[in-house]
Amino acid sequence: MGKVVLVTGVARRLGGRFVRRIQRDPEVDRVIAVDAVPPDHHLGAAEFIRADIRQPTIARVLAEHSVDTVVHMDVTGTPLGSGSRATVKETNVIGTMQLLGACQKSPTVKRLVVKSSTNVYGSAPRDPAVFTETTPPKSLPSGGFAKDTVEVEGYVRGFARRRPDVAVCVLRFANILGPMADSPLASYFSLPVLPTVLGYDPRLQFVHEDDVIEVLRIGSHEPQRGTLNSGTFNVAGEGVLLLSQCARRLGRPTVPLLLPAVTWVGSAMRTLGMTDFSPEQIRLLTHGRVVETEQMRETLGYEPKYTTAETFADFVHSRGPGLLPPEALAGAMDRIAALPVLGGGHLPTQSAN
Amino acid sequence: MADAKVIPFDDDRSRGAAAQRPQRRRSAGNRRKGDPAAVREVQPLPSGEIPQDDVPVTPEQKPQAAPGEGGGLERRIAGGLAFLRRRLTGEYEVDDFGYDEELTDQVLMSLLRPVYEKYFRVEVKGIENIPSKGGALIVANHSGTLPLDGLMMQVAVHDNHPAGRHLRLLAADLVFVLPVINELARKAGHTLACAEDAERLLERGELVGVMPEGFKGIGKPFSERYKLQRFGRGGFVSTALRAGTPIIPCSIVGAEEIYPMIGNAKTLARLLGFPYFPITPTFPWLGPLGAIPLPTKWTIQFGEPILTDGYPPEAAEDPMLMFNLTDQVREQIQHTLYKLLVQRRSVFF
Repeated sequence: MGKVVLVTGVARRLGGRFVRRIQRDPEVDRVIAVDAVPPDHHLGAAEFIRADIRQPTIARVLAEHSVDTVVHMDVTGTPLGSGSRATVKETNVIGTMQLLGACQKSPTVKRLVVKSSTNVYGSAPRDPAVFTETTPPKSLPSGGFAKDTVEVEGYVRGFARRRPDVAVCVLRFANILGPMADSPLASYFSLPVLPTVLGYDPRLQFVHEDDVIEVLRIGSHEPQRGTLNSGTFNVAGEGVLLLSQCARRLGRPTVPLLLPAVTWVGSAMRTLGMTDFSPEQIRLLTHGRVVETEQMRETLGYEPKYTTAETFADFVHSRGPGLLPPEALAGAMDRIAALPVLGGGHLPTQSAN
Repeated sequence: MADAKVIPFDDDRSRGAAAQRPQRRRSAGNRRKGDPAAVREVQPLPSGEIPQDDVPVTPEQKPQAAPGEGGGLERRIAGGLAFLRRRLTGEYEVDDFGYDEELTDQVLMSLLRPVYEKYFRVEVKGIENIPSKGGALIVANHSGTLPLDGLMMQVAVHDNHPAGRHLRLLAADLVFVLPVINELARKAGHTLACAEDAERLLERGELVGVMPEGFKGIGKPFSERYKLQRFGRGGFVSTALRAGTPIIPCSIVGAEEIYPMIGNAKTLARLLGFPYFPITPTFPWLGPLGAIPLPTKWTIQFGEPILTDGYPPEAAEDPMLMFNLTDQVREQIQHTLYKLLVQRRSVFF
């Protein structure tokens, strides 16, 4: 008998994509897709069940379909469509509690995969440069999505203690980008002019949507020989990009602002609905965050197809040129270099950053 | 203090003269390192050998200076434009710590080099004690109110080492709180002084520089110059032991006198969130002019490496061994400091 996989948060694009992908796997018999709102995209042969994971009905869904694998993807930072931050928090925290409670009572559940985020580490200047899965954050996130993820992971750890027979896999994803990404960071990078924090150039790490789907699949199946897929894993593409580098590759000019001004601009833009400029995102864009992915490579046995730079290149490709396309700048530089007479002697190195 | 009233030894005087001569020639040629001769000229040499050993410096540097005026200029402009192109399009690499090797080599080092060569006239000794590959932990004394000694040590290692190694400094958390400073520090390859970062760098085979005295060393009053403070909790020793990398003691003479700190405005420091607020004979009385460091003559001596790979893995957990090794490193640095001070002719020359 094949597996029955229950996926939450399928109304989001990433959830929908995962549902479509996992039903093609031979060991999967049925896929139950759950969300509080019907998805806009098709879900293939999966059965969609409209259920709010904040309600106890989710336990009945688990029992009715004798689900053995639960993939919890409904931990997100932004509301779907029109929703308030309070709804998001409730879905993240109360929803996870309800879902875990349902899993605890279900005798059939054998495997739980939780989509978390590297937000749990926060970002602070006093942190080590690279976070491993065991690094305790120096300053715990005080609110917003980051705090949600910390709480969600706390409940998941409690569940893993109470049900040691269930394999629990917590995947901490770095900033997810891709051609169709709809994360807050993606909307930030879509601004014509990028506001940055004066005097800070954060290190950023990205993970491609394709890699996210693959890692979720590895987590929800039996582990391959020599690998282990229960535990907590950081998932990120190799390498690091600085925010200034991202802006140049995107071809979008940056406007460095003082930190208080950025906070003010951020709240103004949030009010206008241009982008979700939450406090934790400002912290990320101030201090940056880099995680160690050795566990993902060694224990989980997954090598991401896209590096951080390639993920970003793919994203840039999908967004179209900005105000200062790098190709145009490169062309201009080549024309200057080709000039027969140069205003010799000047050292152009000074103008770099 | 002992430094001023030193009886100059005969062999010391001749060496001092020899060390200054290539210095002057170097500035005339306006060339920077890259040749093995540059390494040779800063080593402590027995006085008898100087004339023979000094000769090859000239023929090696002259052909290098010649193309600098003709075809070299075009090449330099082309190189500069290619550099600018890479910077503008963002096509360059940084490592996990945010270290931007290209920017450091092309811009940051070029900005520091005049200070290093012309202003402080740094003399480097014992560069051969730094291995040409593999991880090593350089432990140095810390002084001078502002951490210029770390930056000078970084230039000293890069410009004098035959392999042109890059020093990755461990900096205080204050550096990463301050805007602009944190950005530059990360790009220059510095990272937070914590065991995790240090170990990660050492395991990668990087050369790591640490100043375990921290704020106690850099912010000590002028009257306590060249007296090493407590070496933290000796965390650097256990990090080196775990990574199995040698510890290289480094003594820096000259940095103590750049800002003679005669007072400390503690209240102001607390208000600003700094560990100390220095008052020197010129600062803050002369405003920004008072913030110009005194042009002292520096000597940086790298000592014999202390090997750590002979210890068993559990040695890193042995506090007694940690204290002993910490003391050994500290004493070696202090001893070398006194020796260099005795050899020094004057603070400024």
